Amino acid sequence: MKVKVNQQEVETAATSLSELLQSLGLPAKGVAVAADGRLVPRAEWDRFGLAEGQTLVVVKAACGG
Amino acid sequence: MEKLVIAGREFSSRLFLGTGKFSSNEQMSAAIEASGTEMVTVAMKRVELGDAEDDLLAHVRRPGVQLLPNTSGVRDAEEAVLAASLAREAFGTEWLKLEIHPDPRYLLPDSVETLKATERLVKMGFVVLPYCQADPTLCKRLEEAGAAAVMPLGAPIGTNRGLRTRDFLQIIVEQAGVPVVVDAGIGAPSHAAEAMELGASACLVNTAIAVAGQPVEMARAFRMAVESGRAAYEAGLPVSAASMEAQASSPLTDFLG
Repeated sequence: MKVKVNQQEVETAATSLSELLQSLGLPAKGVAVAADGRLVPRAEWDRFGLAEGQTLVVVKAACGG
Repeated sequence: MEKLVIAGREFSSRLFLGTGKFSSNEQMSAAIEASGTEMVTVAMKRVELGDAEDDLLAHVRRPGVQLLPNTSGVRDAEEAVLAASLAREAFGTEWLKLEIHPDPRYLLPDSVETLKATERLVKMGFVVLPYCQADPTLCKRLEEAGAAAVMPLGAPIGTNRGLRTRDFLQIIVEQAGVPVVVDAGIGAPSHAAEAMELGASACLVNTAIAVAGQPVEMARAFRMAVESGRAAYEAGLPVSAASMEAQASSPLTDFLG
């Protein structure tokens, strides 16, 4: 299945968001995820199913004023 | 010095620090320490896949320091609400510096979208500190919408031009029922002291410290300036907005009933 993560196309066998993040080596702490423009709360990562063509955004802290 | 209270939380320091533009995380961390700040802003960015970058938060978080995520990069209220939700999730705090500045040239905040977003975010339980124009009417409206503080600008972000909005800041301070944090444009300790002398509750400084020849020393200088300006204000400077009261040139009759 193909999904888009931060504008990069990713081919993945993961079925849940948790599995995907883990397979991409993304940190579990200090990040937040939106799927198709909506926040996916951390508590839902395990059961949040992925779908073909889904657009995911993963953000973390950056320097800023 | 009186303690600053925002949304029930007490702050001994009235200097807020931004984390942009430092040459290294270590330098930023040392500047945070030297400034004595208890409120530090952070922005958000997309994680780059395969990037094992140093964790910024490890350099920012420390006991007694409130993290203040900002919504920099959003263009309207809708995007601000999503960014705020992401920030709350990523950093575990409801505190938020709301900033909506779609114009890339002057980075001036969009007042209409800022007010709309404040109304929504307050209902969602956020502690909202909106970055806003130095507009006394807008600041009252933001306060009525439930903003925990207002953050009017002294001059455009990163310009170091000082309190170009001084007269309006004075009216904002006089009218405000919530803390007034002067944000943006503060380019020298004297500007920060000036803001505090006219009664601002706090100052947010970033560029002037981060790009100084010696940021840690500059952080210390700002700390002293903010303390000095506040002490002078509390000691009773003869500052008054009375001379700025408008004199109507049109009849102020209630002709609409």
